[in-house]
Amino acid sequence: MNPQAQVTTLKIDDREISAHADQTILDVAIENGIEIPTLCHLEGLSEVGACRLCLVEIQGTPKLQPACVTRVREGMEVVTHSERLQKYRRFILELFFTERNHICSVCVANGNCELQDMATTLGMDHVHYPYLYPNVPVDASHDLFGLDQNRCILCTRCVRVCAEIEGAHTWDVRGHGIDSRVFTDFNEPWGESVTCTSCGKCVNVCPTGALFKKGKSVGEMSRKIDFLPYLKKMREEMK
Amino acid sequence: MRSEKISPPSEDKRWKIVDTTMRRKGYVPSALIEALHSTQEAFGYLDESALRYISASLRVPPSKVYGVATFYHFFTLRPQGKHTCVVCTGTACYIKGASALLQTLDKNFDIKPGETTSDGEISVLTARCLGSCSLAPAAVFDGHVAGNLEPQTLMEQIARLKE
Amino acid sequence: MTREELDAIGEKELAASQQVKHRLNVCLAAGCMSLQSDAVLASLQKNIKERGLEHECHVKGVGCLGLCKAGPLVAVEPNGVMYQHVTANEANEILEALDAEPLAQLALEPALPFFNRQTKISLENSGVIDPERIEEYIAQGGYAALAQVLNELTPAQVVEQVTRSGLRGRGGAGYPTGLKWSTVVKAQGAQTRESVQKYVICNADEGDPGAFMDRSMLESDPHRILEGMAIAAYAVGANQGYIYVRAEYPLAIKRLKIAIRQAERAGVLGSAIFASPFNFHVELRMGAGAFVCGEETALIASIEGGRGLPRIRPPYPAEYGLWGKPTLINNVETYALVPSIIRNGSEWFANIGTEKSKGTKVFALAGAVQNTGLVEVPMGITLREIIFDIGGGIPDGKKFKAVQTGGPSGGCVPKQFLDKAVDYETLTQLGTIMGSGGMIVMDETSCMVDVARYFMEFCMTESCGKCVPCRVGTVQMYNLLTKITQGEATLDDLALLEELCDLVRNTSLCGLGQAAPNPVLSTLRYFREEYVAHIQDKKCPAGVCKL
Ligand SMILES: Cc1cc2nc3c(=O)[nH]c(=O)nc-3n(C[C@H](O)[C@H](O)[C@H](O)COP(=O)(O)O)c2cc1C
Ligand code: SF4
Ligand code: FES
Ligand code: FES
Repeated sequence: MNPQAQVTTLKIDDREISAHADQTILDVAIENGIEIPTLCHLEGLSEVGACRLCLVEIQGTPKLQPACVTRVREGMEVVTHSERLQKYRRFILELFFTERNHICSVCVANGNCELQDMATTLGMDHVHYPYLYPNVPVDASHDLFGLDQNRCILCTRCVRVCAEIEGAHTWDVRGHGIDSRVFTDFNEPWGESVTCTSCGKCVNVCPTGALFKKGKSVGEMSRKIDFLPYLKKMREEMK
Repeated sequence: MRSEKISPPSEDKRWKIVDTTMRRKGYVPSALIEALHSTQEAFGYLDESALRYISASLRVPPSKVYGVATFYHFFTLRPQGKHTCVVCTGTACYIKGASALLQTLDKNFDIKPGETTSDGEISVLTARCLGSCSLAPAAVFDGHVAGNLEPQTLMEQIARLKE
Repeated sequence: MTREELDAIGEKELAASQQVKHRLNVCLAAGCMSLQSDAVLASLQKNIKERGLEHECHVKGVGCLGLCKAGPLVAVEPNGVMYQHVTANEANEILEALDAEPLAQLALEPALPFFNRQTKISLENSGVIDPERIEEYIAQGGYAALAQVLNELTPAQVVEQVTRSGLRGRGGAGYPTGLKWSTVVKAQGAQTRESVQKYVICNADEGDPGAFMDRSMLESDPHRILEGMAIAAYAVGANQGYIYVRAEYPLAIKRLKIAIRQAERAGVLGSAIFASPFNFHVELRMGAGAFVCGEETALIASIEGGRGLPRIRPPYPAEYGLWGKPTLINNVETYALVPSIIRNGSEWFANIGTEKSKGTKVFALAGAVQNTGLVEVPMGITLREIIFDIGGGIPDGKKFKAVQTGGPSGGCVPKQFLDKAVDYETLTQLGTIMGSGGMIVMDETSCMVDVARYFMEFCMTESCGKCVPCRVGTVQMYNLLTKITQGEATLDDLALLEELCDLVRNTSLCGLGQAAPNPVLSTLRYFREEYVAHIQDKKCPAGVCKL
């Protein structure tokens, strides 16, 4: 049977909800107006489940599960907001803030940043872990855009949009662990990239001020991401 | 199948080995790690021309090749010294004094793991476990394992390398 | 190859070896090799030739004899003498003593508990056969289980046997092997079974930094792993296998390559195996030094040629594995046990061990213990028996402090639990895990905070970097542990450390991050006073940390 036709009923935060069997918990939650925090997820891109903010509790499952990749099951009981989850989400967010140098007051994306918004949403008013203060560079070699590693949270949205939608695979992640960095081609300056089409998709999907349009000053950067679900659909039609 | 022939970065005969590896795998993109292994084995490290050649031959995007080459500890993008000394820092060796060995190297040659002496003679590397834990602490000198090392015997082994 | 041909090879080989009066087995596994056992072998060969003893005395290289600390080891058959610390110069004397009394100064005491207390199944051929000759494996009954399976059993019956044996995965988590196999069988519907491409993978990445069981098995008895994989492939309906082996194990790689070639030539791997319709090909894939690639989904990503990043499970590899196809992935030792289970029956295996942990387990005994080396013991044996009876206790008159199992994902067990049984559940209750078999003994000169810091550094450097709790959390924990070992921490830092342990354990994506806090948690559980001593008294009780 086509899974789309299969209707499943489940409970999210004590609400009875019906869904299609191939949907993720996040899809269903969004459809029903239940907000689950996310950073690495972006409608139209593949899921990686890396930011861990969308973790939810599922009855009978000892481990927390990411809502963005976990499929619904018949009779599933999901808790998306609990004291424990809120605490973990706040702590995870704090870890993001300690990892690089996020100084909002001088950032082009100030006021237009998903990381900043998330801090507000989760009520994170201070960071109680030590900052790591890495020494990371800014790459301003591209004519139109810039990359500020100080703001990167390694969500890999840029990597995915470039590979999956633009088809260029200009971006990837090098190194591993705490030394992971997004980069282009053979790690030469972005401006020298042979594969980059300067389409700007990566800049548009970046949740923070890590990828930015040149010539903007503090707080001026804005993005558009509505093209994504649309393009994804069109690409699927073509295949 | 591949239409155009991509030629290796240089006339160096060792590219034949790399070519053979890739050909045997039918130039599929998934042969990337094997191609990197084969290149490093032939040349001792992966330089940019090698990465470009592999990228073009297997038709793997440049950033993917570079991302993979830098993900794995085993691959190195810099040339190594004439000799290598790989000190095991696995658990057994650690509790039996691997750090004292590394300190000895630092004190005598001013090099830390991953570095090469300024004269290009010796590179010091670390390994997670050589599988010779019963001889802890152990190290590999140019491919030859020696166990039960102490700072003094370590220096003797190094001296022997240079001979 | 037919069953009869197989038997003929075995009989011929046995007859040939029985014709000679003396057989000398020189260990050529990694431990003894690094003590120049190859020179011992060469010297023995040369001396035998010079003396014209070729017809009554055979000498050959074998796999690991177990007692690695006493290497190079030479075993003399059939009289059962074992010589330790042999040098090339002593070849002559050894040959002279063949028909006389064993050389007292070199011979190990007979009937050492180190050998007597072991139960060898996966290691039964280690140190007995020449791993580079398939005939010797066959002479020990090798490939008979595969022949039997192909000729007499249906795939379902094989799965049934394995399930009934109670075998659990030896790679660390102890997942029931039969259950995993049947999941792969069922993947994508039983009716279409034949048409669905499936894969079998052997996890030989052996990541625990202080463990060498898998290495030794691959070096000492590679055909056993191939046979186990072939049986598994038949059971789950796969025709292609991969062995993912660490690049740091060149000898194991070399022997596996030889073994695969020999097996293909003999017709026990390849097409129409044992004249049945079953085909199975095996390829080697080299790892490249990433601990996380021992995690099954990362391993698969690595075989596919990419960065070794784990992905979220479910779907498990059994349903969605290599190239998206149903894939069985088991550890080296798990496969090594399979041929014996088939040959001797599942009841035989299930009779060894405890109720929930069946059979034997191989441990790599290292650290502050007399007899370092490789041991295979029945599950349920106590830690004390392993460390004191088999291991010979702590050297240099020092006192036992703790034993570490499970490597960077495990924990330290203190002396009050020495009489606890070694099985999956008990070890988990004690705050550690069975792990893959690393067992590091520590005496009073080891500082437990320093040990925790060591493992955290390991997890930090090995984190793949995909998910934030592990990528950043391990760095934060490592910094706090360093601060403690430097005498600069406060009790608030300790509280922060505990909070991070809880966070990283519960929110990380894969087993690496989820288990990274274990070494800290277990040392905090049993040695909290050492942490406090570093913090409040600015002292390292073991005298390791320089405060
Ligand atoms: C970080 C990490 C490292 C692992 N390393 C290994 C390893 O080196 N060898 C191994 O067999 N299993 C390892 N595993 C377990 C594998 O993911 C997998 O469970 C195992 O290979 C399954 O085989 P088994 O059922 O026979 O144990 C590791 C798991 C994790 C999370
Ligand atoms: S837990 Fe660590 S190793 Fe596992 S996915 Fe996350 S960052 Fe990678
Ligand atoms: S949105 Fe699910 S893990 Fe990031
Ligand atoms: S820990 Fe050093 S060889 Fe295993």
